[in-house]
Amino acid sequence: MKINKLLVFFRFFAIVLFAACLAVWIAGGAERGWTKTSVPTTFEDEITGIEGIRYEEKFVPGIEFPAAGIALGGFLWIVGGFFRRRTK
Amino acid sequence: MKCYLILPTLLGFTFTAFAAPQTFDFADPKGVNNATFTLDAPLETITGSTNGISGTITIDRENPEATKGQIVIDATSLHVPNPVMKEHLHSADWIDSDTHGAITFELKGLEDVKVEGEKAHATALGVFTIKGVSKEISVPVQATLLPGQLAARSNGQMEGDLLVLRSEFVIKRTDFGINPGAPTDKVADEIQVRLAIAGASSKE
Repeated sequence: MKINKLLVFFRFFAIVLFAACLAVWIAGGAERGWTKTSVPTTFEDEITGIEGIRYEEKFVPGIEFPAAGIALGGFLWIVGGFFRRRTK
Repeated sequence: MKCYLILPTLLGFTFTAFAAPQTFDFADPKGVNNATFTLDAPLETITGSTNGISGTITIDRENPEATKGQIVIDATSLHVPNPVMKEHLHSADWIDSDTHGAITFELKGLEDVKVEGEKAHATALGVFTIKGVSKEISVPVQATLLPGQLAARSNGQMEGDLLVLRSEFVIKRTDFGINPGAPTDKVADEIQVRLAIAGASSKE
């Protein structure tokens, strides 16, 4: 029995893509909201006591990343299924 | 017995502190003044803010109910951390900041004024305008007078007083034509607004 190389290629690539998206998401703090390109930081004005807000530019990958990993990885996994023909 | 002596003294101080007309300018080069807005949404609460606040408030010390002024928020300065969301926020469907560049609250007076030392609680009556739609609203406000603190805040460059205003209130986006077609199960109709600003009144 011989497994089609294209099947292996697509399935392997699907797993790699999903793992990469998941890794980027986890490395970025596993943000469960949307992707952000800036994050708020607060500081207190000593005189007035007002808590000021500043935004710092920072990329925080959101839930789109694992979602995209599942969608694209799943798509490639299914595409790979079309090459399932096995030869004896 | 001491209370009978202290109370009139405190009331006298308070009366003095709020006793003469004084205009406070809320332009803030330090970027501390801020307004935040929050809307509930299924995945996460949408939260944004702005430092683009200006305006003046004039306190009539003899008649605090007659306090008047205007606070202006630069609509183009509203910021949310997600770039796509920010693009939508400023679009014509939402606040249309290109066409309606100012969000304003015109203060017409105060009621239910309660003074406690240097702090005063009141209900601010005025006209709130977003996206060209104006509505009369009343919002709770806390005012704190900081006599002589302008010098400390301006590194001694100016003498004068500071007035800190804080307020939290809720408006409905559909009342102001802010994407009224957006389903409320996707984005809440209620927008929670929080304002924390300090104004300066310099002595000439």
